[in-house]
Amino acid sequence: MIQPQDSLIRIENVTFSRGFRKIYDNVSMHIPRGRITAVLGPSGTGKTTLLRLIGGQLKPDSGDILYDGISVPSLSRSKLYELRRKMSMLFQSGALFTGMSVFDNVAFPLREHTELPEELIRTLVLMKLETVGLRGAASLMPSELSGGMARRAALARAVALDPELIMYDEPLTGQDPITMAVLLKLIKELNTTLGITSVVVSHDVSEVLSIADWVYLVSGGRVLAQGTPDQLREEKHPDVHQFVHGLPDGAVPFHYPAGSYLEDLRQCH
Amino acid sequence: MPLSLIQSLGRRGVSFFTALGRALLMLLHSLVGKPNFRRHFPIFVEQLYATGVQSVMIIIVSGLFIGMVLGLQGYNVLVQFKAEASLGPLVSLSILRELGPVVAALLFAGRAGSALTAEIGLMKATEQLSSLEMMAVDPLRRVISPRFWAGFVSLPLLTFMFSLVGIFGGKMVGVDWLGIDEGTFWTGTQAAVEFYQDIVQGMVKSVLFAFIVCWVALFNGYSCLPTAAGISRATTDTVVHSSLLVLGFDFVLTALMFN
Amino acid sequence: MKFNWLEFTVGCFLAAGIAAAVILALKVAGLTMTGGSADYYTVYGNFSNIGSLKVRSPIKLGGVVVGSVAAIRIDPRTLRPVVTMKIDRTYNELGSDTTFSVLTSGLLGEQYLGIKPDFASMDDDGNPSYLKDGDTTNFTESAIVLEELLGKFLYSLSSGKDSAQ
Repeated sequence: MIQPQDSLIRIENVTFSRGFRKIYDNVSMHIPRGRITAVLGPSGTGKTTLLRLIGGQLKPDSGDILYDGISVPSLSRSKLYELRRKMSMLFQSGALFTGMSVFDNVAFPLREHTELPEELIRTLVLMKLETVGLRGAASLMPSELSGGMARRAALARAVALDPELIMYDEPLTGQDPITMAVLLKLIKELNTTLGITSVVVSHDVSEVLSIADWVYLVSGGRVLAQGTPDQLREEKHPDVHQFVHGLPDGAVPFHYPAGSYLEDLRQCH
Repeated sequence: MPLSLIQSLGRRGVSFFTALGRALLMLLHSLVGKPNFRRHFPIFVEQLYATGVQSVMIIIVSGLFIGMVLGLQGYNVLVQFKAEASLGPLVSLSILRELGPVVAALLFAGRAGSALTAEIGLMKATEQLSSLEMMAVDPLRRVISPRFWAGFVSLPLLTFMFSLVGIFGGKMVGVDWLGIDEGTFWTGTQAAVEFYQDIVQGMVKSVLFAFIVCWVALFNGYSCLPTAAGISRATTDTVVHSSLLVLGFDFVLTALMFN
Repeated sequence: MKFNWLEFTVGCFLAAGIAAAVILALKVAGLTMTGGSADYYTVYGNFSNIGSLKVRSPIKLGGVVVGSVAAIRIDPRTLRPVVTMKIDRTYNELGSDTTFSVLTSGLLGEQYLGIKPDFASMDDDGNPSYLKDGDTTNFTESAIVLEELLGKFLYSLSSGKDSAQ
């Protein structure tokens, strides 16, 4: 069992709502340091919102988010930017800068935050690109990359400054099996070799369970279950069982809530 | 019915002032603070190219045509009173005081403003702005600010070019085609045009218009819905809002300065 | 340094914009580089009526612009307009008895000051005397006001009729 003091991020009783919709209702989570934590849940449950809360892009209505003991929501603008240098995020779309080549994209955080000479930056960038297997694509523009390559390039950019934490926002969505395998391997490797704490938000259950050390299952604004992947697979709770095993009908109904089917049909006549 | 009308008016009022506040905050955060010249100057130059250099062609061509039309129309009216000699003052005063700053600003809103909105909107939709934030790079300082300054510098310069080309277009029609004496044209112009009254105040106008167009364009892009429909809506809004604001403020400024 | 097309065009753009401003100032506004009072000398003219003469109205000598009206004010003692005229130093040999008259260019045109030079101006010692900086002249002809003209015309008409009777 992971002790609380090992947590890099502690989300304490966070409530967050958008408009009148409560996305998180008094949620607490602990992200262990140096491990891969998966946050699973059906689409539309605000998993990306969770990452934005950790990154300080959104502020919770109540509760606190502690990054290494520092309360993220109460940081000033400049302190927040300082803290963000320690974390990085891989966006769903990759979010590469369209006007720059792959090389310049990866070099971007280095050029922005360090005063390193250009030769050293070149070496570092080529090293990062080699890690993700895209050294040969350094001079390509983002528009010339496939979806999987764009994500790998974005991953190289995300680790350019050797962050403590990487947050992956749906890294596997819409990828072919080969690319998926490549990305999973990269996430695992970065975690084991560099000891980077990783948070993977996804709904590709079986793939993510294969690499995660700890899993949170989120739905309807609450944490439904947490545990190691094996614990979750054994979980008997109907919601968890349906999601983990990918069943079409169950606790989450196949049908969007509606009135009587017969009644609706009768009204057509 | 009147109650819901008042209610919707109130809602519009609230959302208008909220947007205004957010626009002000955006401007404040992007412009206030210690500038980092070494990092931001190259971006500024890049943006000068995108907003300034790429607008030169449309500005010069429109300026030329507007000057030529003014020359032709002015001549036709003035010749009835045997006052063709006043064509120079007519063309140059109307261009320097009104047409130059206003038409250049409208063209700039259509050419550069809409492009700025679309670019920022696209950066938002593709999470590039978010990703900058997460890389601890403030997008307001890195993306918005250089674009604002570039537009702010470009438009007055474009206005000068527009005015100059316009006056020479009017001179071309009046002097070279319709046969007004060149000396008469220029002495009349020089007697009527005063540096502070006409050129400097025209420039004051174009500086304000540059501020308006850039602000509207950048804010619309920065606050648009991150979808294809949201971006196209924001782009249209930029052109419509900034054009209306330019024309409105033109009246205000004219009333303030030329009276 | 490597040649950079983008930076080059931006440089051209900035230069062209500034050049346009300079040309506007020089060619269109008629601003001279040296500017200032050095090139002009000032003469004050006492008029009885200046019509619609304005500040910056041109001063012409035989149709050529040689200066401009710098200021118009009312002399508090005589209650008559005093026009401050700035005349190009090149034309500094205007006789001191030169007449300044308010004229109209064309039927509807702007009003300007016309100079009728006097070549026989002498000072007390018989030397030719010229207008100098700061001089005040009373050799002026006022603007023709249409109403006064019509009034005179009607008066002369009626008086002509009277005499004929």
